[in-house]
Amino acid sequence: MIAETGHFALILALAMALIQSVVPLVGAQRGDAALMKTAEPAAQCQFVLVAIAFFALMHGYVTSDFSIVNVWQNSHSLKPLIYKISGVWGNHEGSMVLWILILTLFGACVATFGRNLPPGLRARVLSVQAMIAVAFLAFSVITSNPFARIHPAPADGQGLNPILQDPGLAFHPPFLYIGYVGFSMAFSFAVAALIEGRVDPAWARWVRPWTLAAWMFLTVGIAMGSWWAYYELGWGGWWFWDPVENASFMPWLLGTALLHSAIVVEKRDALKVWTILLAILTFSLSLIGTFLVRSGVLTSVHAFASDPARGVFILVILCIFIGGSLALFAWRAPIFRSGGLFAPISREGALVVNNLLLAVGCAAVLFGTLYPLITSAFGITISVGAPFFNSTFVPLMIPLLLLVPLGPFMSWKRADLAAVMQRLLFAGVLAMIAIVVSYWMKYGGPVLAPLGIGLGFWLIAGAISELVVRSKLFREPLRVGLRRLFGLPRSAWGSAIAHAGLGVVVLGVVAVSAWRVEHISVMKPGEQIEIAGFDLHYVGTTPRRGPNYEDQVGAFRLEQGGVEIVKLESAKRVYTVRNMPTTEAAIYPLWTGDLYISLGDAVGATGRTVRVYYNPLAPLIWLGAVVMFLGGGISLTDRRYRVGAPKRARKAAAQTAGAT
Amino acid sequence: MAMTRKQRRAAFIGSGVAILAVAVGLVLFVLEDTIVFFYTPSEIAEKGVAVGQRFRLGGLVAEGSVERNTGATVKFTVTDTIKTLPVTFTGVLPDLFREAQGVVAEGKLNAEGVFVADTVLAKHDENYMPKEVADALKEKGVWQKDDDKK
Repeated sequence: MIAETGHFALILALAMALIQSVVPLVGAQRGDAALMKTAEPAAQCQFVLVAIAFFALMHGYVTSDFSIVNVWQNSHSLKPLIYKISGVWGNHEGSMVLWILILTLFGACVATFGRNLPPGLRARVLSVQAMIAVAFLAFSVITSNPFARIHPAPADGQGLNPILQDPGLAFHPPFLYIGYVGFSMAFSFAVAALIEGRVDPAWARWVRPWTLAAWMFLTVGIAMGSWWAYYELGWGGWWFWDPVENASFMPWLLGTALLHSAIVVEKRDALKVWTILLAILTFSLSLIGTFLVRSGVLTSVHAFASDPARGVFILVILCIFIGGSLALFAWRAPIFRSGGLFAPISREGALVVNNLLLAVGCAAVLFGTLYPLITSAFGITISVGAPFFNSTFVPLMIPLLLLVPLGPFMSWKRADLAAVMQRLLFAGVLAMIAIVVSYWMKYGGPVLAPLGIGLGFWLIAGAISELVVRSKLFREPLRVGLRRLFGLPRSAWGSAIAHAGLGVVVLGVVAVSAWRVEHISVMKPGEQIEIAGFDLHYVGTTPRRGPNYEDQVGAFRLEQGGVEIVKLESAKRVYTVRNMPTTEAAIYPLWTGDLYISLGDAVGATGRTVRVYYNPLAPLIWLGAVVMFLGGGISLTDRRYRVGAPKRARKAAAQTAGAT
Repeated sequence: MAMTRKQRRAAFIGSGVAILAVAVGLVLFVLEDTIVFFYTPSEIAEKGVAVGQRFRLGGLVAEGSVERNTGATVKFTVTDTIKTLPVTFTGVLPDLFREAQGVVAEGKLNAEGVFVADTVLAKHDENYMPKEVADALKEKGVWQKDDDKK
């Protein structure tokens, strides 16, 4: 009964979305206030309906209603409750409902909190958002109905893929979806602006909070996926350039570019056409990513199993939305009058370079991801992996990372490069010291690694320098300086923290990539190996039972200088329902890095293959992402974003143009 | 420096094109060395892959061929039911590595004709047949749908 309610709610939502995609748009074209006003309650109602469907499905999982096909295929009565809940989105149909839920959530938020938007723009934005909802609701209802029933109901479910039974994974999809589905808002704003024929600084001010929120969550979502792969898959790697990973990374790259170019639109009324295009392209990449993951076109560790008919459906959706929006762009973009002039060496110029490098980097990743697809259409099977991406993406990102600290110091319209470099002297010196120290500490290691460490410190110190210089901290009595420091606008703090977070990530990435130590050997009980200055003793392997699995637990003892530090366990696990083996790695965080143990197969009577890694500074990779999230969050709380009305926004924009 | 709007736009487009050109050059330069081709044992026997060239080998793990007695090094044979190829791998095998199941390994052929793998791939499904392997087997006409689930 509840499942049928959910199903009905989904269909109602589709009908509501159809109305919402047409009526407010007509109203906006005609200037009919009554028609335009229908958008708000429609958007809110749509969200409520999809939420009903979502929770109806969740109810099916929580009560283990195996008469629902989706629950039967992906759940099991023995599963712990939290994984029953996360099982809702651990499959194609359920995750599609989550996708649509986030989509309608953003629509409802704009309807509820976007009262400051001019009614015409708001109506158009919500209409476009509804069009996207129509497409995906139709997809869900027609091809991927999560509420299909099976009769007679099976006694028990087929169990969830045990790899997905994990706390990290429970939160990874929602964060990720808030991220790249959230970019639909920027897309809707862009298309609405094209229809309306107007892009002004106020538009940019309204777009930025939604884009920033989406970007924040996408950052964390990607980081969570990476962290999960690190500790769950037992391979000690944190990024594989897997097509599904790339599918989430590409919108992140363009979304970052969009965030930065929107600043130029807001502050200088320039780069409008480019920003609109970026907004369209960012969400287009989200759509392409959705297609890649769900169509079965790619071989990947975590692509959803699905059939070609669904792939074709999504492909059609893609063509309509990407083709349609780009066609609209080509037709309408020329009417936007370009704004302020600026010299190449200026903050605008720096942001243009930022955008160029991010876009080109994204194009490189896109090429590497799609190239195997293209060649397989011609019958040649190839794979493009880490070597390609490391050789193309990384060299493109290095100039960008070098320039990041300069940007905030450059003034609008025309900047004095010498003055900028002078302000960054401290950061530069610190980076140099870091290079020398890391070269000396890791003498004999890869030559480029100390430079990478220097780059990370350059970013962090540059971010700190920006706050210090702007508040003139050391030029006046400390109390005055500190008060000014904390009085700086939140967006300044936000961007500084986010850039510093980027530096933290760079440090982690460089350290793990360059100085990781790997040791593979067969160990018998009582033997020990030496790694990174520690001694690892292998005690033995014993069996153990869990709620829905059986373990072979390898016990280890970590010592240094004869003193025991900790006991660690790594297990080979078999989930009983699906007879599927996995490896549970042991990760012990030390101050300088992770000790990572992965138990392998038995060799002979008592031996075990053991793989041990020492990953220096690995936690920084994900810590940096959290710092970026915090920076974005602080930026979101800036007062400017609550001021939305056109007149006040323009005045405020003029006032703050000089300060930031 | 005073630039007309046109000059400025030209400069930006120029620098954009320059960065794009660098990226394209980089991609093309790197592409040939980083593409990894996929072959089945029959294709290797037919085409003859050069020693030391990196490629992916796909097929089924021949039953009874897995040997683990030489420490951390595992030896097994990959077959596509027509031809076989011996493989050696040092490391921890993925959890789903099993005899008579599909496998994809990446590495190089050594002078003795043994495939030295540095990566062995598996997807997380107990009846994993990599798409490339399934397609290749279908082409050869030896594809059998697995009816018995273990």
